[in-house]
Amino acid sequence: MKRLLKGGRVIDPANGIDGVRDILIDGDRIARVGTNLPAVDASVVDLAEGLVVCPGFIDMHVHLREPGQEHKETVATGTASAVAGGFTAVACMPNTNPVNDDANVTTYILDKARQANLARVYPIGAVSRGSKGDLLADIADLRKAGCVAITDDGHPVKTAILLRRALEYAGMFGMPVIEHCEDPSLKGDGVAHEGFYAASLGLRGMPGACEALGVERGVLLAELTGSAFHVAHMSARASLRAVRKGKDGGVRVTCEVAPHHFTLTDEALASPVPYDTNTKMNPPLREAADRDAMLDGITDGSVDAIATDHAPHHYDEKQVEFDRAPFGIVGLETAVPLSLDRLVHTGRIRLSRLVELLSVNPARILNVGGGTLSEGMPADITIVAPDMKVRIEAAKLRSRSKNTPFDGWELRGGVAATLVGGRPLFVNSEARISL
Amino acid sequence: MNATVHGLDPSVTITTLRSKDLLGIADLTPVEINLVLDTADAMKEIASRPIKKVPALRGKTVVNLFFEPSTRTRTSFEIAEKRLSADTLNIAIATSSVVKGETLADTAMNLEAMRPDMIVLRHSSSGACHLLSRICRSAIINAGDGMHEHPTQALLDAFTIRERKKQLKGLKVAIVGDLLHSRVLRSNILLLTKMGANVWVCGPPTLMPTEIARFGVTATSSVDEAVRDADVIMMLRIQLERMEGAFFPSLREYFNVFGMTEARMHLARPDVMIMHPGPMNRGVEIASEVADGPYSVILDQVANGVAVRMAVLYLLAGGAEHEEAA
Repeated sequence: MKRLLKGGRVIDPANGIDGVRDILIDGDRIARVGTNLPAVDASVVDLAEGLVVCPGFIDMHVHLREPGQEHKETVATGTASAVAGGFTAVACMPNTNPVNDDANVTTYILDKARQANLARVYPIGAVSRGSKGDLLADIADLRKAGCVAITDDGHPVKTAILLRRALEYAGMFGMPVIEHCEDPSLKGDGVAHEGFYAASLGLRGMPGACEALGVERGVLLAELTGSAFHVAHMSARASLRAVRKGKDGGVRVTCEVAPHHFTLTDEALASPVPYDTNTKMNPPLREAADRDAMLDGITDGSVDAIATDHAPHHYDEKQVEFDRAPFGIVGLETAVPLSLDRLVHTGRIRLSRLVELLSVNPARILNVGGGTLSEGMPADITIVAPDMKVRIEAAKLRSRSKNTPFDGWELRGGVAATLVGGRPLFVNSEARISL
Repeated sequence: MNATVHGLDPSVTITTLRSKDLLGIADLTPVEINLVLDTADAMKEIASRPIKKVPALRGKTVVNLFFEPSTRTRTSFEIAEKRLSADTLNIAIATSSVVKGETLADTAMNLEAMRPDMIVLRHSSSGACHLLSRICRSAIINAGDGMHEHPTQALLDAFTIRERKKQLKGLKVAIVGDLLHSRVLRSNILLLTKMGANVWVCGPPTLMPTEIARFGVTATSSVDEAVRDADVIMMLRIQLERMEGAFFPSLREYFNVFGMTEARMHLARPDVMIMHPGPMNRGVEIASEVADGPYSVILDQVANGVAVRMAVLYLLAGGAEHEEAA
């Protein structure tokens, strides 16, 4: 089947395109990109003015929870959430049960993804067996089975020597090591950012330095090994400083920031709902200076990617005392509206930069396909409606879990449609589009 | 009793608290704080009667839900409830179904189904009362939540200070000890600063909350500086297990640097009051000579705790309005 997307503003930074173009999709591929393409035997989709056609967004930090925690999320529900949020692909973290430290687990996840047949799934394997930090996982096996990177996410790699070995070994395959940066002793039993709000609410704190120590360690080891090191869910201004220093020195370091870390601050711990467990995540919501630093890093190019750290948790698990609640919030279906509203409409970045953050750079960092609308590539396409009014409603999320602090937020900008391999898997009924 | 309870400053026109709960001092206005203290004045007189009981809370059910061991606070609440003729029951963690793995929310919903009027909650997690408040229609009284607040302690401290000093405004109050982990500190800072006292806090930097200056207090690690010319010295308990967290090297060293000795006490004003929320570690944060000495009001605090808690219970039950309806 052929489909001609006509009259949309196409943003394809990899090919230097930002302008009105037609895109001809033939089967699962992009056949042609150009102006005034003839319809011939294709069905024509006339895109309303204002709709923006982008290479499919890739969320490089997602917890799909399967196997083992299917009450929170499954590969099927998580990828349904992904396409509803404008993501044509997700990279899923290995802290499942069992841990994805074994090719059989990778294969299991990919089988589930094939059955669901929604967003593409790129599994990320564990650095160490059981993510326990003692012995390296069978990284070559994991890669062969389909893993695109390794991490012990949820925790930092236990020792500097193991992180060094992981960087060296994974570097052999060109796989990046993704690190949850944190000094465990400084974190202690902290549940919130160490600052005024945690102090006044009586919550145990963890300072930004706790994260930055982990970033510094990783940057030094990336320099030592020459391998690619990626900082997951960066939140602290001291971490950004370390990343910039590394980049300036030619170290292969990249980083991602989650939407909650460029929108919210630790003030959300106290209001509107005090002790709302949907404001509890790790790394925590930090103070305004950190949030502003993340915005600056996104603006000046120091930040490479926006990734959600989509962390579904069941209602029962969050309906407890703050210090007993698990860390994390869902993010797949709120990331694009938050990014458009807080980054593009505030004038901080242009749409083309947002496409780099959500598509081009994640594809590059993970060495996976996508990130462009080049002819011959799979037709993974996100169509954005930058001026659509969006109201976040937790109860309506496709994710199996509804743990979001953004319930009720009204934002400008949303996803009009998501196509994976040419198939329209999500079409927003509130956008002026029919596919 | 109404006449006495309502014998308030003429500028004070309120007779009840705005909130259904007492979750913390953070939610109270200075006028409300005065209302509680004035009401406690009237309640205190009841303790001197031969029959120490009034019918104010007759027919009301109060549940004391204690997830942490407590002798003083639980006893104080229970006596207060009984003196107001409430029907009370105590649930301690060891006898509740929490040991079977029930969540706090489920415990609360089950209690709520039996229609109590008030729940007095003590819990080791900060914010546990806020969780209960969102679930329950009953009035929730915070009897101490984690490191957050202990509002009735701050109210009884204020009552004790006011009894001696007539007013809180302008007093120098020095609070010394483990500031980081203390819910008594947080409630007292909020209350004392709202009422215009000049609050100094003192402890080792390792036990000082982040950005403490934003609480409107003066922070120092010099005890001498903190207590000099103080009207009130409030000592906070040092939990013995803090040594393991390397917050300070030894109890001996702690006492040498921060302990309240007679010599240090004499830097304060000659009519200084020495307070401690208990339980005390004699020879750690406070010398026995100070704790048992003439300036100590530590047992007055305990006595006043009953009157203040009676006032809180009475006001949250609806005060005079409830009594008239009954």
